Amino acid sequence: MKYEPPLEKISENIREAVLGHGEKALKIGGENTLPFHSFEGTLPNPPGLALEILDTEPENWAPSVLEPFEDVVSDPVNWARKCVEVFGAEMLCLRLVSTDPLGKDGSPQAAAEITKKVADAVDVPLIVWGTNMDEKDAQVLTEVARVCAGKNLLLSPVSKGNYEKIAQAALEHGHAIVAQASMDANLTKELNIVLCKFFPPEKIVVDPTASALGYGLEYTFSIIEEIKQFGLADKDKMMQMPIICDFGGDCWRTKEAKENREQGILWEATTAISFLLAGANLLIFRHPEALKLIKEMVV
Amino acid sequence: MALKGAEIMKMLPKTNCKECGYATCFAFAMKLVAGGAKLEDCPYLDPEVKAQLEAAMAPPIKLVTIGTGENALSIGEEEVMFRHEKTFFHEPGIAILISDKGVESEIEEKLKRINAFDFERIGQKLSINLLALCFESGDKDKFEALVKKAYETTEFALILISEDTDVLFSAAALCADRKPLVYPITNENMSAAVPKLKEFGVPAGVRGASIEALVSVTSDLKDAGIENMVLDPGSKNMVEGIQNQTLIRRAALKKGFRPLGYPTIAFPCFMYPDKFKETVAAAALMTKYAGIVVVSQADEHFILPLLVHRFNIYSDPRRPMTVEEKVYEIGNPDEKSPILITTNYALDYFIVSAAIEETNMPAYLCIKGTEGLGVMAAWTSGKFNGEAIAEFFEKYGMPDKVKHRKLIIPGVAKKLVAELEEDLPGWEIILGPLEGSDIPKFLSEEWTA
Ligand code: B12
Ligand code: SF4
Repeated sequence: MKYEPPLEKISENIREAVLGHGEKALKIGGENTLPFHSFEGTLPNPPGLALEILDTEPENWAPSVLEPFEDVVSDPVNWARKCVEVFGAEMLCLRLVSTDPLGKDGSPQAAAEITKKVADAVDVPLIVWGTNMDEKDAQVLTEVARVCAGKNLLLSPVSKGNYEKIAQAALEHGHAIVAQASMDANLTKELNIVLCKFFPPEKIVVDPTASALGYGLEYTFSIIEEIKQFGLADKDKMMQMPIICDFGGDCWRTKEAKENREQGILWEATTAISFLLAGANLLIFRHPEALKLIKEMVV
Repeated sequence: MALKGAEIMKMLPKTNCKECGYATCFAFAMKLVAGGAKLEDCPYLDPEVKAQLEAAMAPPIKLVTIGTGENALSIGEEEVMFRHEKTFFHEPGIAILISDKGVESEIEEKLKRINAFDFERIGQKLSINLLALCFESGDKDKFEALVKKAYETTEFALILISEDTDVLFSAAALCADRKPLVYPITNENMSAAVPKLKEFGVPAGVRGASIEALVSVTSDLKDAGIENMVLDPGSKNMVEGIQNQTLIRRAALKKGFRPLGYPTIAFPCFMYPDKFKETVAAAALMTKYAGIVVVSQADEHFILPLLVHRFNIYSDPRRPMTVEEKVYEIGNPDEKSPILITTNYALDYFIVSAAIEETNMPAYLCIKGTEGLGVMAAWTSGKFNGEAIAEFFEKYGMPDKVKHRKLIIPGVAKKLVAELEEDLPGWEIILGPLEGSDIPKFLSEEWTA
C-alpha cells in the first residue's frame, strides 16, 4: 500500500492580534492550522510567552518561585525591569491585586498610576489583569485605559457583566481586550458576538480559563482544544480569536509545586505545553525557568 | 476500516436462516457493525469471507500488549484524534531507560529507586510501566546481566534496546516469558528478526527513518506473519514527534491505512540531554498520541508530573469523577470535633480527607453532592451555596452531632460566608485556608471547639 500523508488543509485563519506598540510590539495568532502542524499549514507567529508581576508584594508565594524576584517584589517597576532585562521576557502581565474588593480594595486611580509607571519603564507589551470582579474591574480597567492611552495594552478580563464599559474605553484609548467566558465554548462565542457589534475583532483575545496540571486540566485542555477546532475546522468566525491561558499562579498554588522546586517548574512547564498543544496563542508564566524551558523547546 | 452494514450484508449467505439468533442476515450485519454479534455466530460463513471480514472489521489501531499479568501494558485501539470527541482509552506506558553502560552500583540504585516509587491520586495508584534496557556497553555479558537483574528484581514490563540484533535476541531469550518489546526491528535486520519474533512470541518495536520507511517495514513484517508492532518513525525532537504521531494516527483512523494501524513509541530520552526538556517532551508526546514514552529520569520529581499529566489526559471527559454525598467520619469524631465541608468532586474529597487524616484530629467531613463540580464551579451554579448547604445540614442532622456551632468552609469560597451566616443562623462560619493541603496547619493552630 502506498502512503500518502493525510494532510488536512484549512482555509480559515485564526485572527492575528498585535499587542503593545513600537519596536517591541508582538503579534500572536494568524495560523491556519493546528498547533505545531507546520507540515500542512502556516503558523506565522510563535506563541507569546508573558511573565507575570504583581502591583503588590506577593503573599504566600512558595520560596522557589519568590526567589528569582526577591530583590524586586516590593516595587512593580523594578520587578518589571528585571523580568525584561534579566529574564528576557518579551511580554509582561501586571496583576492589579491591590484593587481586590475582598482584599485591599485600592482605588482605580492608584492602580492606573502604577500601571502607567510600569508601562513607561519597559518597552515590551503589557497585559493588565484585574481581579475577576465585574464591577470593580470595570472601574479599574477603564481608568487604566484612559491613563495609559495609546499604549495598546491588553486589558483583562472583560466579561458578560462588564464588557460594554471596558471595551468602550479600550476602543477610545487604543487598547486590546481579553474576553473571558468561563469554561464553555458557547459562552465564549456569545461574548465575542456582542463585542464585535462595536469592537474590532482583531483586538480581542479570548480566555476560556485555564487551570493547573492535576487541578482541572482535564477540563480546560479539552475546552480550549474544542474552541480551536470550532475556529479552524468548523470555520466559525466568532471562534477565531487568539487564545490566552493564565495558569502560572494556579500551578504555584499546588501542593506539588510548593513541595519541590524542580517539580514546581515542571508542573508549570507541562501545564504550559498542554495548553500550547490545545491551541493557546499566549501564555502567562510565573516562574522564569518554566518560561525559558518552553521557549527553548517551541520557539 | 469501518465497514457499513450494507457492505457486510453483501458477503453473508443471504438465506435468512436465523441460526445466528437474528431474524435476517441484514439484522445480523447491522448488529456486527453496532457491536454485540460475533462472526462466529453465523455457521454458514465461508472461511475466506470470514477472514476478509475479520480483517476489515478489526479496530483501525491494533491493541498491542507488552508484558504479562498484572503489569502487562496494553496500548492502541484508540478511536479519536481529540479527547473531547469521545475519550482516549489506553493510557500510554511510561518507560525508564537503563543503560548497561553505567556503573553496576548506580544501576542497582536506579532500579531500587524505581521499585520504591509510590504515587497515588484520587484513590488510584499511579505507576510507571516499563523498564527500557539499553545495550550500549559493547559487552554482551554485561547487557545480559542487566536484563536478568531487571527480570528478577522488578515486575515491570520490559523493552530491550540493541542495535546488535544477535544481542537483542539472546537477551530476549532470557525474558521471553515476560513478553518484552524488542527494539529496533528495521528494514536491515528484519529477515534475521522475523523467525525469532515468532519463536518467542514477542512484540516488535519497529523503527523507520521516516513514516514512509516505516510503512514498508510494517507491510513486510505483516506479510511475514508478524502481528504485534509498536512504531517509531524516528522523530528527533518534540515537534517532529508530535507531527509524526499525528500523521500516523490520522492515517490509521481516518484513512484506514493498515500499515500504520499500530501504537507508537517515542524516545524523549534520546531527544534531549536536558532532563527538564526530556520531561516536557514526554508530556507533550503522550498528549499527542504516543503509546509509550521512554525517559531517562528515575527521579520522582520528574516522574510525578508525567503520571499526573497522563492521568488528566486519559481521564474520561464523559464522566466527572465523583464520590458519594454523605458525612464522612474521620477518626472517631465526637461532639467537640470540627466540621468541614467540601464538594463531591472526587479530587476535593481526596485532598481534604487526606489533609484531615494527616492531623490525627477526628473530624466530620461533609461531602455535599455537587455532581462532581469543585468548590467555585458548584457555588456559581447554585449547588454549593448557602441554601444548598443549609439543606444538607438539616438532612444529615449536623446540629445533633456536635455541641459547638462552627463550620469550616473552603477558603476560596469567600462569598459563601455571608450567605451561610444568613442560611445557618446561630452558626459561626469559619473561612478555612485557600489550599486543602494547608488544612493540617490551620486545624492545629486555629481549632477549638
Ligand atoms: C475545571 C473547571 C470547571 C469544570 C468543572 C470541574 C470541577 N470538577 O469542578 C467545568 C467545565 C464543568 C466547569 C464549569 C463551570 N465553571 Co468552572 N472552573 C474550572 C476551573 C478551571 C478549575 C476548577 C477546579 O477543578 N479546581 C481544582 C479543585 C480541586 O479546586 P477546589 O474545588 O477549589 O478545591 C481546592 C481548594 O478550594 C481546597 N478545598 C476544597 N475543599 C475544601 C474544603 C475546606 C474546608 C477547605 C479549607 C479547603 C478546601 O482544596 C482544593 C485544592 O487546594 C476553575 C478556574 C480555576 N483555574 O480554578 C473554573 C471556575 C471554578 N469555574 C467557574 C465558572 C463560572 C463555571 C461555570 C458556571 C461556567 C458556566 N458559565 O457554565 C460552570 C458551572 C458548572 C456547570 N453549571 O456546569 C468560575 C467560578 C467563578 C467564581 N465565582 O469564582 C471559575 C473560578 C473560573 C473563572 N475564573 O471564572 N468549570
Ligand atoms: S446464521 Fe448466517 S446465514 Fe443464517 S441468518 Fe444469520 S447471518 Fe444469515
